[in-house]
Amino acid sequence: MSVRVQREDFDVGAEVRRVAADRTDIGAIVTFTGMVRSENEGRGVAGMTLEHYPGMTESELARVEAEAGKRWPLQASLIVHRIGALNPGDNIVLVVTASAHREAAFAAAEFLMDYLKTSAPFWKKERGGDGAERWVEARQSDDRAAERWTPRE
Amino acid sequence: MPVKIRYFSWVREKTGKAEEVLDLPPDIETVADLMTWLKALGPEYAEAFARSDVVRAAIDQAHVKPTASLAGAREIAFFPPVTGG
Repeated sequence: MSVRVQREDFDVGAEVRRVAADRTDIGAIVTFTGMVRSENEGRGVAGMTLEHYPGMTESELARVEAEAGKRWPLQASLIVHRIGALNPGDNIVLVVTASAHREAAFAAAEFLMDYLKTSAPFWKKERGGDGAERWVEARQSDDRAAERWTPRE
Repeated sequence: MPVKIRYFSWVREKTGKAEEVLDLPPDIETVADLMTWLKALGPEYAEAFARSDVVRAAIDQAHVKPTASLAGAREIAFFPPVTGG
C-alpha cells in the first residue's frame, strides 16, 4: 500500500514488477493509467499544469487507499499521481491493485480512480492551441461515479 | 485567533496570494462565516468568493462542509472542486 506524488514520469512495467516482487500470493494485478489528451470538451489542448495541496494530497490518497483495502482483499496497491507541467500523451496517474483474484483487483482499481477524482486536491489548468489558459471544471459524471460506491442510507 | 489561510487554483489567482495568516474576529465560527468575512476584505476577495457555493474548504487538510466549526483550526484552505486523475 503506497502513494506517491511526483513531477517525474512513471514506468508502468517497472511499477508493476515492484508491486509483485517476491510475492507468491498475488493472482491478479490490474493497472489503470490516465493520460493527457490533445482534446477536451471540443477544445484543443497544447498542455496542462497540475497544481496540488502538498500534505493534504498525500493524506487523501492514503485515506482512499485504506478505504479500498477495507472493502476488498488486496495484497497490494499503489497510486502515483504527477504534478507540474504535462503535455498531450504524457502519463498523469497510475493505479495498481493486486489481489488473489481478478474481481477484487478490478473493482478496487475503479473505486480508487473514482474516489481520487472527487477527493484528492489536484487542479488541472489547460493551455489551448491558441495559448489561452483555463482551469478545468469538475464534472458531475465524476461525482456520480464516486457516489455509486457510497452505501445507501 | 491567528490562523493560516491557504488558497488554491483560481481562488489563489483571484485573491492574488497562496497563503496568509489572519486574525479572525471571535464571532467567525464556521467556514461559511469565514467566507462571508473574507468577501468583505477587498474586491479581490469578493471576486474569489463570488461563487461561494462552488468554493470548497478544508480544515487542517481534511475536507469540510460550510457548516463546519473553525474551533481549534490551525490551517484553513479554500479551493474549487478538485479535478485530478
